[in-house]
Amino acid sequence: MLEVVVKLVLVAAAFAVLPLLVGQAEHKVMAHMQGRLGPMYAGAFHGWAQLVADGVKFVQKEDVVPAAADRRIFKLAPAVALVPYLLVLLVVPVGPHGQVALDLGPGVFFALAVMGVGVIGAIMAGWASANKYSLLGGMRVAAQLMSYELPMVFTAASVAMAAGTLSLSGIVEQWRWYWLPWQLVGGVVFFVAGLAELRRPPFDMPVADSEIIFGPYTEYGGLRFALFLLAEYAGIVVLCALTTVLFLGGWKGPFLDGQLGWLWTLAKVFALAFVVIWFRVSYPRLREDQLQKLAWAWLVPLSLAQLALTGVLTIALA
Amino acid sequence: MQDYFHTYGVVAALLAVGGGIVGGGLAANRLLRPNRPTGEKLTTYECGVDPVGDGWAQSYVRYYVFAYLYVVFAVDAVFLFPWATVFSAPGYGMTTLGEMFVFLAFLAVGLAYAGKKGVLSWV
Repeated sequence: MLEVVVKLVLVAAAFAVLPLLVGQAEHKVMAHMQGRLGPMYAGAFHGWAQLVADGVKFVQKEDVVPAAADRRIFKLAPAVALVPYLLVLLVVPVGPHGQVALDLGPGVFFALAVMGVGVIGAIMAGWASANKYSLLGGMRVAAQLMSYELPMVFTAASVAMAAGTLSLSGIVEQWRWYWLPWQLVGGVVFFVAGLAELRRPPFDMPVADSEIIFGPYTEYGGLRFALFLLAEYAGIVVLCALTTVLFLGGWKGPFLDGQLGWLWTLAKVFALAFVVIWFRVSYPRLREDQLQKLAWAWLVPLSLAQLALTGVLTIALA
Repeated sequence: MQDYFHTYGVVAALLAVGGGIVGGGLAANRLLRPNRPTGEKLTTYECGVDPVGDGWAQSYVRYYVFAYLYVVFAVDAVFLFPWATVFSAPGYGMTTLGEMFVFLAFLAVGLAYAGKKGVLSWV
């Protein structure tokens, strides 16, 4: 019982800290990539406390719910967007020998299913706001979820086929170095599809600020808006953690993987988070039709090809 | 069975923790925030002019076909997961591999048909 409580506390702590670290890294990395300094004032040393200051500001802001909105759904949406990412962290293994909060048998399935729920929050926000921009944004969110969920499911299934198990710790235990080239296509497809599901740039058509203000979040302000932002960064952490566990061998590193364990996992997660930020700085936004075309003309066929390759090689090796 | 409920009991406990985090934040917000609603503040945002018509306006959702496609594919995809854990078990081997290619062929033909019909290109 005590063990479970300690693990739950650790998961909640990771959920509270990691997204903020990614957010702060985004402030600074983006700034330096664009020849700026980024936040420098809050907390004195290179603006490390900027997000804490943001939090203090958000919690004091007025909570405005538009008169036309569907009040209850409007107020519930940020929680629906945020909490699923916390639940996914529960099944992500960080180290060997049971360093996982809950070693769930159908772990991959659970993680993908629960991650999909997070997107419902944005759709709820888009619908409940009773705003034309929000509605258009919500529709785009829904379309994006449907197109990109499929390649994600296929590539995750490909790893499960190779490992012969759905448990996330089981997959990392089965992982060998040659899985890197073998599952490379699957890994790239999974990561790109995950980015699209999180509506991160260059897949941020649903929140395209130059045409539909801020999509589903247009009517939000104050703390509820901050919860949506937090959900985005928690989503980055979850996506990077899942990519690490499924495709990059989790806690297994080139050396000392017995001793370093969870540090390898963390290092890989942050390296991937850096790539996520890099994408945002480097690529322009995809148009809605280009977005759909990328999913159906490239990612789905590629993930089907990866399934075929995994199946053939698994049988050949067995 | 005992184990099963225990496992999802932990999930439920974390769900409660998540609710606590969000609820706690909103409760703190309630204590700290001002509350001065005015008519203008509560109007729907539409670039600063008075909103025209209803928020739930009718619009043509061009990408509804993708929803159909998704339903067709996703229902199949779910079956991949239980199958993935057993397909290379001793005694299956080539049979399940053959079945996999039948499955993939169905999906690929479906996708190719949709592409041929022009569903995947922009209207």
